[in-house]
Amino acid sequence: MKSMVENWLNINRRQLLRGAAAGGLGLLGSVALSQLIQGEEKRAGRSDLPHFAGKAKRVIYLYQEGAPSQVDTFDHKPNLVDLFDKDLPASVRGTQRLTGMTSGQARLPIAPSKFSFSKYENNMDGVWINDLLKNTGEMAKEICVINSMMTEQINHGPGITFMQTGHQLPGRPSVGAWLSYGLGSANQDLPAFVVMISQGRGQMQALFAHLWGAGFLPGEHQGVQFRASNDPVLYLNDPQGMNRDDRRKVLDMIGELNRKQAEESGDSEILARIAQYEMAYRMQASVPELTDFSKETKETLEMYGPDVAKPGTYAYNCLMARRMAERGVRFIQLFHRGWDHHGSVPRDLPLQCQDIDQGQAALLKDLKQRGMLDETLIVWGGEFGRTVYCQGNLTKEQYGRDHHPRCFSAWMAGGGIKPGIVYGKTDEFSYNIAENPVSAHDLHATMLHCLGIDHSRFTFKAQGLDFRLTGVEPARVIKEIVV
Amino acid sequence: MKIFGLFNPLPRTQSIALSLGYLLLCGINVGFLSADELRFNRDIRPILSDNCFACHGFDAKQRKGGLRLDIAEGAYGIGDSGEVAIKPGDLEASEVWKRIAAAEGDSKMPPAESHKSLDAKQVELLKKWIEQGAPYESHWSLTPIARPEIPDLAVNSPNDFGPIDRFISARLNREGLELSAEADRETLLRRATLDLIGLNPELDEIDDYLTDTSPNAFERQLDRLLASPRFGEKQVVSWLDVSRYGDTNGYLHDIMRSGWPWRDWVIQSFNDDKNFSEFIVEQVAGDLLPEATPEQVLATAFCRNHLITTEGGTIAAEFLNEYAADRVQTFGTAFLGVSFSCCRCHDHKFDPFTQEDFYSLQAYFNSITEKHSENNPAIAYAPLIEIGSPLIPDSPKASVMVMQEAAEATKTFVLNRGQYDQPIAERPVGRRTPLALPAMSDDLPQNRLGLARWLIADENPLVARVVVNRFWQQIFGTGIVSTVDDLGVQGEYPVHPELLDYLASEFRGSQSLNASGRSTSEWSMKRLYREILASRTYRQQSRVKPEAKQKDPNNRLLAYFPRQRLSAEEIRDQAIFVSGMMANSMGGAPVNPYQPEGLWEERANEGSNTRVFKRSDGEALYRRSLYTFWKRTCPPPTMVLFDAPDRTLCAAKRVPTNTPLQALAALNDEQFLESARLLATRTLSEQVETDARIKSLFRRVTGRTPTEEDLQVLRSGLASLLQRYQTNPDDAARLLDQGDQPLPAEVNKSELAAWTLLANAVLNLDESVVRD
Repeated sequence: MKSMVENWLNINRRQLLRGAAAGGLGLLGSVALSQLIQGEEKRAGRSDLPHFAGKAKRVIYLYQEGAPSQVDTFDHKPNLVDLFDKDLPASVRGTQRLTGMTSGQARLPIAPSKFSFSKYENNMDGVWINDLLKNTGEMAKEICVINSMMTEQINHGPGITFMQTGHQLPGRPSVGAWLSYGLGSANQDLPAFVVMISQGRGQMQALFAHLWGAGFLPGEHQGVQFRASNDPVLYLNDPQGMNRDDRRKVLDMIGELNRKQAEESGDSEILARIAQYEMAYRMQASVPELTDFSKETKETLEMYGPDVAKPGTYAYNCLMARRMAERGVRFIQLFHRGWDHHGSVPRDLPLQCQDIDQGQAALLKDLKQRGMLDETLIVWGGEFGRTVYCQGNLTKEQYGRDHHPRCFSAWMAGGGIKPGIVYGKTDEFSYNIAENPVSAHDLHATMLHCLGIDHSRFTFKAQGLDFRLTGVEPARVIKEIVV
Repeated sequence: MKIFGLFNPLPRTQSIALSLGYLLLCGINVGFLSADELRFNRDIRPILSDNCFACHGFDAKQRKGGLRLDIAEGAYGIGDSGEVAIKPGDLEASEVWKRIAAAEGDSKMPPAESHKSLDAKQVELLKKWIEQGAPYESHWSLTPIARPEIPDLAVNSPNDFGPIDRFISARLNREGLELSAEADRETLLRRATLDLIGLNPELDEIDDYLTDTSPNAFERQLDRLLASPRFGEKQVVSWLDVSRYGDTNGYLHDIMRSGWPWRDWVIQSFNDDKNFSEFIVEQVAGDLLPEATPEQVLATAFCRNHLITTEGGTIAAEFLNEYAADRVQTFGTAFLGVSFSCCRCHDHKFDPFTQEDFYSLQAYFNSITEKHSENNPAIAYAPLIEIGSPLIPDSPKASVMVMQEAAEATKTFVLNRGQYDQPIAERPVGRRTPLALPAMSDDLPQNRLGLARWLIADENPLVARVVVNRFWQQIFGTGIVSTVDDLGVQGEYPVHPELLDYLASEFRGSQSLNASGRSTSEWSMKRLYREILASRTYRQQSRVKPEAKQKDPNNRLLAYFPRQRLSAEEIRDQAIFVSGMMANSMGGAPVNPYQPEGLWEERANEGSNTRVFKRSDGEALYRRSLYTFWKRTCPPPTMVLFDAPDRTLCAAKRVPTNTPLQALAALNDEQFLESARLLATRTLSEQVETDARIKSLFRRVTGRTPTEEDLQVLRSGLASLLQRYQTNPDDAARLLDQGDQPLPAEVNKSELAAWTLLANAVLNLDESVVRD
């Protein structure tokens, strides 16, 4: 509860502003002033958006960094067992480039998945999923599995950058920045675009700030990284020895002198600065409230599993994602690291699955129970797939897999997506796409569609060109998977 | 009307624009104001470029209907339809006009599927243009730079108006506006000190200036500041952005590199006022100069500041191609103001540059003795030079990545859609400059040195314009062409074309003035800065003039001085500087001052040697921000929060934002809190009376004496904080526990705590983080 002093000061501040409206701030004009008074409302997006009524209001992107093996998760190929250690036919391999890590290998022997799969009922013929992901499997009626994702990128840096920004080189705006810019913020106490990272257990790739950067869009659209610590927003906490009233006193000195400055100089940017300092003050309260799980029920916490109690885990971030969704954060980006299983899929993949399975299934269930799944778009996937052939020594119990851009799996769920379906097919080797390829740009176009945006018309002019998230080559909304 | 919200408002320029009915005024720049005549480059070309050139422009492959509208010959000709596209002066006979004026349907232009449309004002402009004879002009930035006539001002112009003021005033007067009155001395000195050396004026410097009765008192201050060794430290920062300078390799492992002797070479060049054309030539091709000195070779690190990777599994051809392409793109943006990145994959749709131009330029940059390596950075760094900092006597040496030409030129081809593994065998290219630009003289060698000399040749219309436009942006916040990285067709038309050309010709020296050889002042950055800062345009007040804002919402015409937020570096440096702790040492290896724990660790890769952050100690905590270690995958957080680019690509412009995270950083970062405490300590030891203390502290930061009203606010805030910490001395002790510097012996902690928060407040005032 706010202290008396704080309440009084807040009221007083309002009166000052309104007083200023009456005359003091003549230079600034009534428009700027109305902005200041409305400043405690949410930030608007671009006036021409949305282009049509979208089903989803927000996105939760569960990014799996390092590239999960499709053939060990969602792209079930039971017949490969008979082809153990056989060479991948040259006709299947084609002429695609390999990374330097396997291009020197004398053989490319087929490594079937050693894991058991189960078939889960969905709204079509069912879907096969690795038993290590059984919680996710139990939500099969809610999700749309895509087994025909593809990319041109073969290294992690360009691959992740492409999935996050639609271009392989750093410097373009990320999907979240595009949406923050296009649709604006749906809340007044938290950023529109938040990023959370959880550590995996396998080899990990660097994550770059440009993956949630604003590129050429105005800088405020960049993602705000919430960190896995007691200070989830950088510099959020006041120093020790300072309480809320002390901070209020400091802000009131700043505010009063700034208002005087605004009056003298006529610069409306000063009013914006006053408002941002006030937002900072509100975030000092709203962020701890956001990260305080004490009011979550026992059932909810149990649903997410024991990891939910540890900041920085995937399960913790999944619950944070739901809480942010409730509080109007537009784009919630999770990264789970550690899927780069060159050395040993059998050793590393189970640990990764254990990290993610319960938390992400709970997120789906939780949103569903609260009636929020219909308006929240969930996307799950990495930057490419992994080779069906083995990297390194092959036994039935031990195999590694190299990078494979030609096919991989992803799934989507929630707002705007047809639930309980499987889209796209690969060949019998999970090496080439057999039908319905989906590029990163198609995925982005489909995401924008779910939010009511026509990707071809959502452009921003920079360096003399009209840029769009989905690039210059044709991209298409995957109509078959949207409602 | 779109209202910007205050949680994350738009950047400064946009917010001001939107707040005053910008939409009622015209498009991309100040452009066609009522008092002006119609001009093709300014008024018509942007409309055609935005709406028509994608299908009716330079790119033959995309051209539809056999019609191009980017040149007069195309527009006046007959398209596939058999109709005359534009008949000058005859609307009814012009097919283009019929299509534009048509009702929605098949023949309507631009077509619906392009998602482009013309608004009423644009249609009116096109109509007027065709009626007036549809005159074309060649693109402004490709025309030779001629020194324009300095305008006579009709109305009684003050005699302190120099050429810059005459250009600016002539334009303002056409709109019924004029320059503002001169700012007061305190404001001026802080403004100029920040612009020239990036720091606040010292108290005695303010006093000196206030008591200087000589007529050229301000010019004396400018000369003092231009001679300061801090000048180079301030000016280097924007060049580091352009040069995508970092202390790590980027990409996966983000391994450390040691390019800092090059950064110090740039500082020294600016301090020495090195001839700017030599500054350019040495960075592009210092290694190829006859009997090149080690410093000239060092200069070419500019070409190799790009990211590199040594990730396992990466393919040599792909990344070597990537590096060479980055060199071309940086070269294009930094010196020509042209974005070549589109031409990697296809001919430019708007500017007259082809894909072949791109690879012909790449051929200058792809034949050095570099190698790709998986897992061994030492191999990937070569060619290297072992060299110390030019700023430090007996400096320790570091290995800096530089250029060294290989014995044989690499065979270069146009790459299909820019794909490294798809060279088009039947389209080999050799070295040549883009055909749309003046040709390289036959006397010049066909290598990087020739290319560098071609850049600075008198015939080259771009370099001087690009450079002075960026200087203007440094000083006024926005370039004369706001798109500093694009002076091409899609860039903005200059708001003051004659002024830009005047400055460009001043900068590089005019041939006619120097028939017998160049004067020593040409290509002098300091001389140009002095001329701009001594102008009345620079010296005017920043108070917003409502009538000017009405007509010119973004203040592009400069009817008042544009207030600008300090840069990230300036904001942190200011706090350290006023605390009295700033280290004086220049140059050398980068340092790791305070930053929150865990930032590097949570993003880094196991194979990296920058995985664990190790904080520096002692003086290194208090060096200027430009010396902070720049880890590309995790740049210093306060720099990024205050809009520094991440230095992965050439960046010619920072867009200032205004966010709550900035407020949190400046209020709560350890460096800022310790600085506030040290500023308070210093103030308490220097003065005795409360008012004198407040005045001194306030003046140190804002550069001005507080008014009685300011004093009242600060006095009462202070009294309340004093009471609080006298009642709770334990909290005072905890608050003061920030940073490494020890507290003075016998200190009244409650008093110091209250003053520390007062200093914290003053450092966060708008006028402290803004250059007024």
